[in-house]
Amino acid sequence: MIDQIQQRILEEVADLHEVPEGAYNIRTNGQMAGRNTTTNIDIVSKIDVSGIDIRIKPGTKHESVHIPVVLSQSGLKEMVYNDFYIGEDSDIVIVAGCGIHNCGDQDSEHDGIHRFYVGKNAKVKYVEKHYGEGDGHGKRILNPGTEVYMEEGSFMEMEMVQIKGVDSTERKTIAQLAEGAKLIVRERLMTHGSQHAVSDYIVELNGAGASADVVSRSVAKDESYQKFNSRLVGNAPCSGHTECDAIIMGTAKILAVPQLEANNIDSALIHEAAIGKIAGEQIIKLMTLGLTEEEAEEQIVNGFLK
Amino acid sequence: MLTLENVSFEVQEEKGQKEIIRDMNLTIDDHKFIVITGPNGGGKSTLAKLIAGIEKPTSGKIFFEGTDITDMGITERANLGISFAFQQPVRFKGIQVLDLIRLAAKKNLSVADACEYLSEVGLCARNYIKREVNASLSGGELKRIEIATVLARNTRMSVFDEPEAGIDLWSFQNLIQVFERMRESTAGSILIISHQERILAIADEIVVIADGRITRQGTREEVLPSLLGTASAVDACGKFYQGGKGK
Ligand SMILES: Nc1ncnc2c1ncn2[C@@H]1O[C@H](COP(=O)(O)OP(=O)(O)O)[C@@H](O)[C@H]1O
Ligand SMILES: [Mg+2]
Repeated sequence: MIDQIQQRILEEVADLHEVPEGAYNIRTNGQMAGRNTTTNIDIVSKIDVSGIDIRIKPGTKHESVHIPVVLSQSGLKEMVYNDFYIGEDSDIVIVAGCGIHNCGDQDSEHDGIHRFYVGKNAKVKYVEKHYGEGDGHGKRILNPGTEVYMEEGSFMEMEMVQIKGVDSTERKTIAQLAEGAKLIVRERLMTHGSQHAVSDYIVELNGAGASADVVSRSVAKDESYQKFNSRLVGNAPCSGHTECDAIIMGTAKILAVPQLEANNIDSALIHEAAIGKIAGEQIIKLMTLGLTEEEAEEQIVNGFLK
Repeated sequence: MLTLENVSFEVQEEKGQKEIIRDMNLTIDDHKFIVITGPNGGGKSTLAKLIAGIEKPTSGKIFFEGTDITDMGITERANLGISFAFQQPVRFKGIQVLDLIRLAAKKNLSVADACEYLSEVGLCARNYIKREVNASLSGGELKRIEIATVLARNTRMSVFDEPEAGIDLWSFQNLIQVFERMRESTAGSILIISHQERILAIADEIVVIADGRITRQGTREEVLPSLLGTASAVDACGKFYQGGKGK
């Protein structure tokens, strides 16, 4: 059911070389291409709209869920809703990813809404990788929406990576944190050619002791455009930090807009933003090690996004 | 091995031309340990950059092992066998010490082999190998990693620009040993820019540069006595080290 192109894309977005262990749901060209559930993790298709519900029993420890999506048919447009119900005290890893292979002339687009309901004291590591390839004129478009609702004492770490080949992306992430909840976001983004990427975060710290750390590292090459919009809202005694660190190359444009809103005297919020080109002396140093200018640039960019 | 022929380097300033290196002639023979010294602003770092290809002479020629390298770029010279440890090492966000040493060695060194180079410069390898070469490292740590990258390259010509700067006393003792060992083991020549008497004391040859010119040049025996006690050879730190010499 899964062809070679799809297999390669699965490797790119989910590091999957074979059928994953644990629970999974593989979606290719709008269809379910494979699913596995476990005693603790159930996956059911939605009836009213496209998408799945993933239910993780309270206390589930050290299990993982993989939900990769592959689009290899040019011109396909889909809108998918995936809801994650993560039981109290569980400790799990969720790997999502979307890869588009478009060698046709029509645009391919995957829009997904992921909603996470993170139970009390649950721990989640979420990894999301986006990737595009194919030499057709058709665009590869990904618009992910992510909503995270975190109950007391829960912890979530989100790693969002988009390194190559996505022509247009608009990602919106909102998070609401209750007492003692902690959210860590690490976003890595690279745009090239005439790509366009917008990333928007709104994190509301609603409970005492809630904390968030939202960090984006990005590289904009060629004539691409990036906008990073991150807003932390402190509604309780809480702490938050957001940072955008970007390398600009070629004739790219970057707009970084970190925002802080404090509605409580004890919210401690910090933002940092830095945009700059690769320092000439970094390139020179690597050239003295025998690298060409292009190789030096590549090393610096890869290191920065690692 | 390396020859500079009538090399000049001028820069354009508001007030007009400024000559930083003036018609310099210098030959560095095979298997030599040369120390260049002289007052700050004399043109020592500029000379090193001219050798590495980071700056190009306004006139004159540079030859390396018989080849005219005057018009060659940095990469080409590096691949011919010229290495350069910067006076002010560069930081890289995200690049690990291990990555940098592997890039320098031009092969996928094992972690253990990469650690050897760090231990050589007195860094406890285990603690450093996975560190990023970023602002979290102190100036002295960075300086030693910089030296380790040149050791890892093991090329015919190694140039070190003030390797002692920012390095504490204990490490400084080790640093001297690093250069002494390097001198034993390397097939090439070593050129060190330094103000340190202890480094000058192990030179085969000493070259004094001031105001863009070579003002003195000769064997250690010829040059060192006249330098001792002068400001150009011994800075404030140097006096401190001199005091500890007998230990
Ligand atoms: N690219 C440059 N443009 C202008 N002035 C320079 C440049 N490079 C070096 N200089 C000047 O040349 C002189 C010699 O510098 P440098 O080679 O760093 O000396 P040293 O290493 O002996 O202290 C200094 O006055 C320095 O400011
Ligand atoms: Mg200097």
